[in-house]
Amino acid sequence: MMGAGADATHESGVSHEWRGRAGMIGLIVAEGSLFAVFVVAHLFYIGKSLNGPYPRDVLQIPVVGTICLLASSATAALGARALARGDVRRSGLWLLVTAGLGAIFLAGTAREWYHLIYRDGVTIGTNLFGTTFYPLVGLHASHVIVGLVMLGLCCVFAATGVLRAVHAERVEMVSWYWHFVDGVWVVVLTVVYLIGR
Amino acid sequence: MNVHSPTLATAEATTPHTWLEHAHEWVVTVDHKRLGIMYVVSALVFFVIAGLEASLMRLQLAWPGLHIVPPETFNRLFTMHGTSMVFLVGIPIVFGFGNYLVPLMIGARDLAFPRLNAFGFWIFLFAGLLLHFSFLGGEGLYGSGSAPAVGWFAYAPLTSRAFTPGNATDYWNLSVFLAGVGTIGTAINIVATTLTMRATGMTLGRMPIFVWTMLTVSAMTLFILPPLSAAQIMLLLDRFLGAHFFDTQAGGSAVMWQHFFWFFGHPEVYVLMVPGFGFVSEIVPVFSRKVIFGYATLVAATVAIGGVALSTWAHHMFSVGMGSTLNTFFALSTMLIAVPTGMKIFNWLATMYGGRIRFRTPMLFCCAFLFQFLCAGLTGIMLSVAPFDWQLTDSYFVVAHFHFVLIGGLFFATFGAIYYWFPKVTGRMLSERLGRWHCWLFVVGFNLTFLTMHVQGLLGMPRRIYTYPADRGWEMWNLVTTLGVPLQIVATLILVVNIVVSLRRGKPAGDDPWDAWTLEWATTSPPPSYNFEAIPVVASRRPLWDLKHPDDPDGPHE
Repeated sequence: MMGAGADATHESGVSHEWRGRAGMIGLIVAEGSLFAVFVVAHLFYIGKSLNGPYPRDVLQIPVVGTICLLASSATAALGARALARGDVRRSGLWLLVTAGLGAIFLAGTAREWYHLIYRDGVTIGTNLFGTTFYPLVGLHASHVIVGLVMLGLCCVFAATGVLRAVHAERVEMVSWYWHFVDGVWVVVLTVVYLIGR
Repeated sequence: MNVHSPTLATAEATTPHTWLEHAHEWVVTVDHKRLGIMYVVSALVFFVIAGLEASLMRLQLAWPGLHIVPPETFNRLFTMHGTSMVFLVGIPIVFGFGNYLVPLMIGARDLAFPRLNAFGFWIFLFAGLLLHFSFLGGEGLYGSGSAPAVGWFAYAPLTSRAFTPGNATDYWNLSVFLAGVGTIGTAINIVATTLTMRATGMTLGRMPIFVWTMLTVSAMTLFILPPLSAAQIMLLLDRFLGAHFFDTQAGGSAVMWQHFFWFFGHPEVYVLMVPGFGFVSEIVPVFSRKVIFGYATLVAATVAIGGVALSTWAHHMFSVGMGSTLNTFFALSTMLIAVPTGMKIFNWLATMYGGRIRFRTPMLFCCAFLFQFLCAGLTGIMLSVAPFDWQLTDSYFVVAHFHFVLIGGLFFATFGAIYYWFPKVTGRMLSERLGRWHCWLFVVGFNLTFLTMHVQGLLGMPRRIYTYPADRGWEMWNLVTTLGVPLQIVATLILVVNIVVSLRRGKPAGDDPWDAWTLEWATTSPPPSYNFEAIPVVASRRPLWDLKHPDDPDGPHE
């Protein structure tokens, strides 16, 4: 590690410290195009279900979950910034709040799915709405879960004193990922709950 | 390092490495050079397997009414051949060379994320093994066939449970998905490396063209491969959870699969081809003893191809009935992409023009490439004309076209690259005499096989047919097509023999056997694990020229 650090300073032509960021941007682009295809499929099949239940009958806009998730982007940014200043304790707290807000969102999705499946009888095989709804929302939810795992690890590291100011860039990358998950939700919300209804 | 007993430590230090220790080193390595070598070697192994599958098909088609393999086996052969050649040969060749060369060419010690790189390689290798395991395991509990038989683009609704029961199609789906995951990781790695790990003075405008091509196709990969993965997830959901994405019975759309597949599939051709252009752009100047002609236009053309390639996919679907607006759009975008590609051909010709050309094996392959790839481009423009495509779609004309692209284009360039960089990788030269035999036999065999296929296509022979009656006028052409195969097999064998023999007895290469100008030749052959003792400082596009000719550096002329 020392050697690599020394190299980076005297090779210094290009900023090596940007490689984590470049990698995260690459990942976000790839994930973005993965989501884009599910979004296109959903848009393409709006109104083409041969039988009900239709989205306007069963879908409610998840207001609380959306507010929590959007707010969690701000708290994630605050957490990353606190660590960059060297304030590990505060950073850990903000990340914990972020994870909590994400968990509320996820609980909302779980509740929605429970009602859809057991009350309304919509499964992935019911009609085209079910076919496109569950994979798109589920893909997003699985990304929330991955984000929660990363945030949870950061919280554990902060609580045990492993997390230090030198890790600021890595935590910032976690926050970038979280912002991406958040941004995708805005698209999903628009496509599924606003246009799709 | 903690060792349990001092005797063991001394024993380890004195005894030479055992075979097992060697293997262990290769398995746990994160060195971009070793991973690059493993990529290319596995790709060559899959190349031989997929080539043998093709040879069996040609044997079956050599004469009307033959029954050398059963019809269902024939379907498996062309599916496995196509899938392997694209996902297990083309992609790992491109990313293997990229792996090896990009850090060396930009003066870095490794890729940005070495462990991600190792992950990418191993997941690719196991994806390839999974695909081939289908020959044994695909039968499963259903007894409904072994390897996948749905064609390499696996059109819906053929892939639905009703038409392909059992698990053969799932082997295709999952192994290609996994290979895609590895490729996406490596693409992220190469983008991050070229953008952030360059040596001092190695500006974007001084990067070797090959690095530019790798940057372009890696960026493209990030846009095109995830959509295929998404479509494959949908197919998985259709097959296992009863979703209806591609199920026309429930209102789903089979054409949507085509759009998703070709949104990946067509740019993918450029992902494979453009690094081939990169090889040629590195080899031609060195063997013409001239600076590459029009560096800036070559880079611009590369990036332009990368951009336009994202909007040409539906020219694979002219016969689907998309309507004249879409047909026109995709016909025009396809013709448009011929412009930057044509520019490149002129760049290479102008580089050779007036040069002191040395016809060593890499250059021979590049010259063959120029002819073959030009043919491929011209038939490509023909097929971009929608009404012409309606006549010839799904015929052997199309088969001839894309084999000219991928063999005449990518593989001739790759063979040239193997001869060019083998000395750097191993420290030994490949035999020039065997190289010439390889080149000429392959050129003759390749043209016997694939030039004639154009004619069969024009005479109306559809692709993927298992056999044909004797009264169509195709038999002579098919025989000639098949006769070209043994020549290509012999040529490939010569390459294998050349590699094996030269590894032990090849002439020592030295650091810079071709008197080249890019940074990989500035270090030893093979390079040490840290690549460069001191990271070089770059002042022009030909850093090694500057080192050799301090009195006449390149910088002022650029």
